[in-house]
Amino acid sequence: MSVFGNPYGFRTLFFKECRRFTAVLGQTVGAPVITALLYLLVFAQAMSGRTPVYEGVSYSAFLVPGLIMMTVIQNAFANTSSSLIQSKVMGNLVFVRLAPIGAVEWFVAYVGAALVRCLLVAGAMLAVTAPFLQLPFARPLELFVIFALGATALAAGGVIVGLISQKFDHIAAFTNFFITPLSFLSGVFYSVSALPPFWATASHFNPFFYMIDGFRYGMFGQADAPILMSLAWCAAFAAVMSGIALKMLADGYSLRK
Amino acid sequence: MQPAIRIADVRKSFGALHALNGVSFDIQQGEFFGLLGPNGAGKSTLINIIAGLIQPSSGSISVMGHDVISHWRAARQSLGVVPQELVFDPFFNVRDMLRLQAGYFGCGKESWPWIDEMLDALELSSKRSTSMRALSGGMKRRVLIAQALVHKPKVVILDEPTAGVDVELRRTLWGFMRRLHAQGTTVVLTTHYLEEAQEMCSRIAILDQGEVKALEPTRTLLQRHPFRFLTLSFSGAPLPEGLRPFVHAEADGSIELKLDRRTQPVAAVLEQLRVEGCVVNDIHTREPDLEDIFVELTKK
Ligand SMILES: Nc1ncnc2c1ncn2[C@@H]1O[C@H](COP(=O)(O)OP(=O)(O)O)[C@@H](O)[C@H]1O
Ligand SMILES: [Mg+2]
Repeated sequence: MSVFGNPYGFRTLFFKECRRFTAVLGQTVGAPVITALLYLLVFAQAMSGRTPVYEGVSYSAFLVPGLIMMTVIQNAFANTSSSLIQSKVMGNLVFVRLAPIGAVEWFVAYVGAALVRCLLVAGAMLAVTAPFLQLPFARPLELFVIFALGATALAAGGVIVGLISQKFDHIAAFTNFFITPLSFLSGVFYSVSALPPFWATASHFNPFFYMIDGFRYGMFGQADAPILMSLAWCAAFAAVMSGIALKMLADGYSLRK
Repeated sequence: MQPAIRIADVRKSFGALHALNGVSFDIQQGEFFGLLGPNGAGKSTLINIIAGLIQPSSGSISVMGHDVISHWRAARQSLGVVPQELVFDPFFNVRDMLRLQAGYFGCGKESWPWIDEMLDALELSSKRSTSMRALSGGMKRRVLIAQALVHKPKVVILDEPTAGVDVELRRTLWGFMRRLHAQGTTVVLTTHYLEEAQEMCSRIAILDQGEVKALEPTRTLLQRHPFRFLTLSFSGAPLPEGLRPFVHAEADGSIELKLDRRTQPVAAVLEQLRVEGCVVNDIHTREPDLEDIFVELTKK
């Protein structure tokens, strides 16, 4: 049977997921943009005297792509996980489960909507910083591919955690103990090459590092890790996360027992 | 004609608990079918398996000839389910909720007139733009019913739609279900109101502890027990010893006897009372209803 046998049903679910965040844009796009701008203001001020990490790139400019990617990571995860847990707690997931909508359609609708939210967030951040900073967009293709892979990986991770979790607290714990620390400790505010050797090495096993570093490469044409390495890590991470999420959806993980 | 629902030796265990122990029966197209049983009998579990919400431990089910696992898309397209729990999405208003649900089943704008028609029939028209979260329980229940029907399924299952619903709304729902059935939909109803089942359903299955205890046309089921109830109030003398074993209930000075229609004609009982010196003040007979039969079949 076709995995995309109900295109209209898929479209409806996708638009419904988009409506969930467009109805509260202040919360879902406005708030993360303001938080990121505050970081930018504070850190750019505090670090203003330092030598640039890359030739010809001011510290403020250096900071922007990292902040964008960090925000994308957090929002991609939040969008799918919070949607799933809300539906589970309210019990209204049953409406989709009664419908002829399959695992692939379900996955693409949820992850697709998360990607749209991330595009809005990233676009808004670029728009607000544009008057103050000249960003070169040196490698737009790599920039976009890293963005899409990173957001997909985290949105798929949000699906996995949303399926496993039984209440909001579980999602909050996962966000607070994994997503936030790992996204902070991945070279958003500094070049990891400036870290002590142990931490520099450890960073190279953090997939979030490659998302941020790869995104920065797309922006400036230079970064800590080779771009192919970043692309490979991001692609592998997105593939593994999507694979697990799809398998769980197809098996009806915890939903059909 | 293939059955609307075919249930073949379905078993379901939750750990050590056997919720369904080999249930098999067919529901024919066009039937108004009652699925009855005490709490915990396994009704909702069976419905959830039919709907594809949970997997059976063994056995198979098809809806309009489509296996619910191997041909789940076609099976779900043929089926509408009103869940027992009062679930809703607080994020949407009534009409958007229904349009979304239609969309999940591949129905676009062409289904909107039907949605408005249902809102009218369920007396929800004035609430079409109200947020789901602002509705009363009875209104939420009606939206759930409309939601199950957005794609005009051939078969509809309602899991206790009238539980905790006031008399007036219950009447609205009965009218609605009758109309649906008259239009050719196969209706499966579970309920704890046995008069409701007796009045609405042409055939009934009684489920108890995961097993089918009875499966018959309602009329046959009612005739199954050759009993008749005789309620008496009398004075003058106590109830004759010979009638003691037949006392079924006693209240407010009247006594209800459960008599075997074949061997205990009412006239004989009255004669016996007269002989023993009882003066009958009032008398009333009643045929067994579904509740009596239900109690008979499901008593431990
Ligand atoms: N998800 C579940 N996990 C464990 N036990 C369950 C689950 N769902 C139902 N049961 C048990 O299965 C039995 C049948 O339940 P149910 O189908 O809801 O009965 P009914 O709808 O007839 O009242 C009950 O003993 C119930 O406790
Ligand atoms: Mg039930």
